[in-house]
Amino acid sequence: MREIITQTWAWWFSGAMIASIMFFLLYFGQSFGFSSNLRTICAAAGLGKKTKFFDFNWKAQIWNIVFLIGSIIGGYIASQFLSSGQPVEISAATINDLSKMGIAAPASLQPQELFGWDAVFSLKGFLILAFGGLMVGFGSRYAGGCTSGHAISGLSNLQLPSLIAVIGFFIGGLAMTYLIMPLIF
Amino acid sequence: MKFIKFLLLGIVFGIVMAKSEAISWFRIQEMFRFQAFHMYGIIGTAVTLGVIGVALIKKFNIRDFHGNPILFLPKDKSVARYLIGGTIFGLGWALSGACPGPMVVNIGYGFLSMVVVFFFAIVGTYLYGVFMKKLPH
Repeated sequence: MREIITQTWAWWFSGAMIASIMFFLLYFGQSFGFSSNLRTICAAAGLGKKTKFFDFNWKAQIWNIVFLIGSIIGGYIASQFLSSGQPVEISAATINDLSKMGIAAPASLQPQELFGWDAVFSLKGFLILAFGGLMVGFGSRYAGGCTSGHAISGLSNLQLPSLIAVIGFFIGGLAMTYLIMPLIF
Repeated sequence: MKFIKFLLLGIVFGIVMAKSEAISWFRIQEMFRFQAFHMYGIIGTAVTLGVIGVALIKKFNIRDFHGNPILFLPKDKSVARYLIGGTIFGLGWALSGACPGPMVVNIGYGFLSMVVVFFFAIVGTYLYGVFMKKLPH
């Protein structure tokens, strides 16, 4: 029994759970969209005084901030109580490709080369994390949503704008993976 | 107390994202290199069930627990903002290996360096708010 929980959960179970979460949020009168929280945090920090985009009734979004806090707790529970400590079992082809960029085979969920403290406190490593976050935050608001808002909620409602956004996600992701990352690493 | 259901849903979301390894930079690389089905399976299953469920909600006019109809607002028609915004998002997603949800799940998991990524995601959102009038939408 314990092994079923500590091993990697199956894609179909994960997908079904994500759809269920979306439906529960709809049933509770809300919608599934995580990146809205970034705008809410800006508004709660008082940035609406100078920038109109952050001048809105952010208190109506507290439910989503609570969801965010829950997901931090969920991550903690997963690592402390539900993990086998085994590294991610990605495909041999990916391990091979990444090794050419100097990124070693997985020893945990994340590569030390990007998320280890040595990397974070180096100029290059810091800039990688900073620009990665910057583009996610800027791009998700520009596109009006992220993976949850567009790829899950939007596509479920057959929204053409969401399909265009998801195509954009892949144009950007492929460009980064194949064109830019070989130059960086 | 009315927020506790959202806290519980968030906890489930965090556990599921972590346990299916969707928060892993390695998994995102594997996805963008088309070298495994895992991430496509997760998103594909969620969207397939989502399409069926949303269609059923509309067909049977299912109401939420307040008794209000569940409304699906159509998104604004545009190409530029979705394509350009989406592309910028994708560049960041592949580089940091995390979209906003997985960023915070990672922080809870113990990858505290993700705080840097999340902080700059907030800065990125702020910069969008400052410059949005000058951008094509």
